[in-house]
Amino acid sequence: MKHILSALVMNKPGVLAHVAGMFAARAFNIDSLAVGRTDDPNISRMTIVVVGDDKVVEQVRKQLLKIVEVVKVQDFVGQDCVARDLMLVSVACTAEKRPEILALIEMFNAKVVDIGPKFVMVEVAGPESKVEAFIDSCRPYGVKNVVRTGTVAMARYNRAAKTEE
Amino acid sequence: MSKNGTNNDKTVHKVGSQVIVDMLIEQGVETMFGYLGGVVLPLFDKLYDAPINFIIPRHEQGGCHMADAYARASGKVGVVVATSGPGATNLTTGIATAMMDSVPLVAITGQVRTSLIGNDAFQEADTTGITRPITKHNMIIKDPNDLAQSIREAFYIAKSGRPGPVLIDIPVDMQLAQCPIPPKGEIDLPGIKNRAHGHARQITMAAQAINESQKPVLYVGGGVIISGASDQLRALAQKANIPVTTTLMGLGAYDQSRPESLDMLGMHGSAYANYAVQHADLLISVGARFEDRVTGNLQTFAPHAKIVHIDLDPSSIGKNVKVDIPVVGDAKQVLTALLNEVEYKPRKEWFETIAAWKAKHPFMYDKNADVIKPQYVIEEICRQTQGQAIICTGVGQHQMWSAQFYKYSRPRQLITSGGLGTMGFGLPAAIGAQLACPDKPVIDIDGDSSFNMTLTELSTAVMYKLPIKVALINNGYMGMVRQWQELFYGKRYSKSSLVNPDFANLARAFGCVGITVDKKEQVAGAVKDMLAETRPCVVDFRVDREENVWPMVPAGKSLHEMDGLDIFEMA
Ligand SMILES: Cc1ncc(C[n+]2csc(CCOP(=O)(O)OP(=O)(O)O)c2C)c(N)n1
Ligand SMILES: [Mg+2]
Repeated sequence: MKHILSALVMNKPGVLAHVAGMFAARAFNIDSLAVGRTDDPNISRMTIVVVGDDKVVEQVRKQLLKIVEVVKVQDFVGQDCVARDLMLVSVACTAEKRPEILALIEMFNAKVVDIGPKFVMVEVAGPESKVEAFIDSCRPYGVKNVVRTGTVAMARYNRAAKTEE
Repeated sequence: MSKNGTNNDKTVHKVGSQVIVDMLIEQGVETMFGYLGGVVLPLFDKLYDAPINFIIPRHEQGGCHMADAYARASGKVGVVVATSGPGATNLTTGIATAMMDSVPLVAITGQVRTSLIGNDAFQEADTTGITRPITKHNMIIKDPNDLAQSIREAFYIAKSGRPGPVLIDIPVDMQLAQCPIPPKGEIDLPGIKNRAHGHARQITMAAQAINESQKPVLYVGGGVIISGASDQLRALAQKANIPVTTTLMGLGAYDQSRPESLDMLGMHGSAYANYAVQHADLLISVGARFEDRVTGNLQTFAPHAKIVHIDLDPSSIGKNVKVDIPVVGDAKQVLTALLNEVEYKPRKEWFETIAAWKAKHPFMYDKNADVIKPQYVIEEICRQTQGQAIICTGVGQHQMWSAQFYKYSRPRQLITSGGLGTMGFGLPAAIGAQLACPDKPVIDIDGDSSFNMTLTELSTAVMYKLPIKVALINNGYMGMVRQWQELFYGKRYSKSSLVNPDFANLARAFGCVGITVDKKEQVAGAVKDMLAETRPCVVDFRVDREENVWPMVPAGKSLHEMDGLDIFEMA
């Protein structure tokens, strides 16, 4: 089962290596890892998608907490949260296919961000399933290039997630 | 970790190398270990007249084990210094050893100057990268403002919570820069989360389980020693009337001369401890981590027992076994709280069953053999030291016999590499322990192959006039490997014997006393002479070459499926 973990970490060199190294050393599988600053310049947030049963994910959470620069870890599983992926995808797009593809883009609430004689670059954001579905729908036309961020997530207002400090 | 460098006029500034020494003294460091090299010369210059007892090993690995054993024997933080590149890489075995056994250690390494980092400079190695998985924490100093506070934090992290090694990599230009020394204040590290007390509700549940139990067993690990909880453990075991078994790392946490002691459990543990665990209805684990050498087959481990797991490290709980009552907290505080809630129960039947197992299956060997049995040597050392010596070991059969046949009564008495199983640990450990405890007899009970790995440190013992003893259990084999080859590889002793030097002669060349013992009748006298020696002394006991460690739970078998019990009955 997929778990989204959200970790607050100190913004220090080596933190990413420490977290990534721990995952490798303990043979945990990461699906995606997204890192970014928070509004506090000393603190960054890592959003980690891990696949595993509850026991494995519990170990992941505890092992993360053992890292000195990790301040806090939340597990969003079973929680009401907003999870989003961002993808840039360039799709083969000849003049005669253009209307079809543009309709598809509109259906997915995606955005054209660049266009050339034979391709169109699209920005899609949303839950992972939507992003996946968009690629699937583009495949018949020819997907040339895909760039994706990992999942980022935030709990919805006033719903407690499993927090540990 | 935080930038504490203020440019306020009152802040003292000193050259970095001096700041390091000042911080070590501020942290109470009296004895430290280390080896020289280009990028630590500024530091060594300031150590020239510092009030610190500085021990130079013959190899950085030895120095690191010395600092580790100094910490294990004293309860203080061990400190070791090495130069960049090869100096730092030589520390790694020692750091990993300390990590696995939760030993508070601060390793300071020199590094090439910051402007050269990443350029493959002479003697450059990515020390923080190499040591990240084997340290509790590590850091590289790239800003003079961080130096002083980082050293304070290193000590704090090393000893806080579940202790462990912390490495600080200090580029040579940081040692030469002017660095501020901010006033000493509280350490503020939001990432350190210690829940020492234990949850009151969990403690009550544990107490209830104890009070209801007919057949409880306390299963105790090194965490009790680290926490200084031996008195509380004794009080609990006696008040609630519970037998106590320990892991290898837990030996000494409970006085083995007491009747409720079940001695060590696990692969080479006592039959009575293993049977007790397999029959128990309640297993109370304190500061132990259900490691595979202890549990045997996990599926059939303690099959009838409810499990209470008391540990400071939440990640230890539920990692290997399913726990019924987890208690996250420091052993001393949790046991103190438990003590108020438990009641005495006679449990006559349980203790009678255990007494019968004890009578039937004590640790045994053939006492009538003509050759020197390794177990006899260790028993004799125990007898003549009245069980009071500090024992260090290498890794192998002799280590297991030291766990089985020496009887420990106080914490920090057995110093052995349990988690990593590092051959070569024994001699440098004895040196570190002797420095921590100058008035106690310190004996390295070592294997011939283990000793070969670090015996160059005899020279260190001679240089610093340390009266350590080495009792070599010399079977001319990597005995533990040979035992496995005998049992599981059809006696094909592939590459498991070495040509050894004449250890006594070699010892003399180093300036130690060297004694060879090849007759059973000489053993007692040699032990006596060894103990009386004021110089470092090596006694080469030529023991039975193919003796095995019994009992043994073969890998993957259940704890009660021990081999070798019939051998005991024969003897
Ligand atoms: C550094 C290191 N290398 C290899 C091993 C694997 N190993 C475990 S015990 C052992 C043999 C130890 O021989 P010796 O020190 O003579 O002790 P004995 O078993 O004979 O008492 C070996 C090679 C180890 N534990 N540590
Ligand atoms: Mg041997």
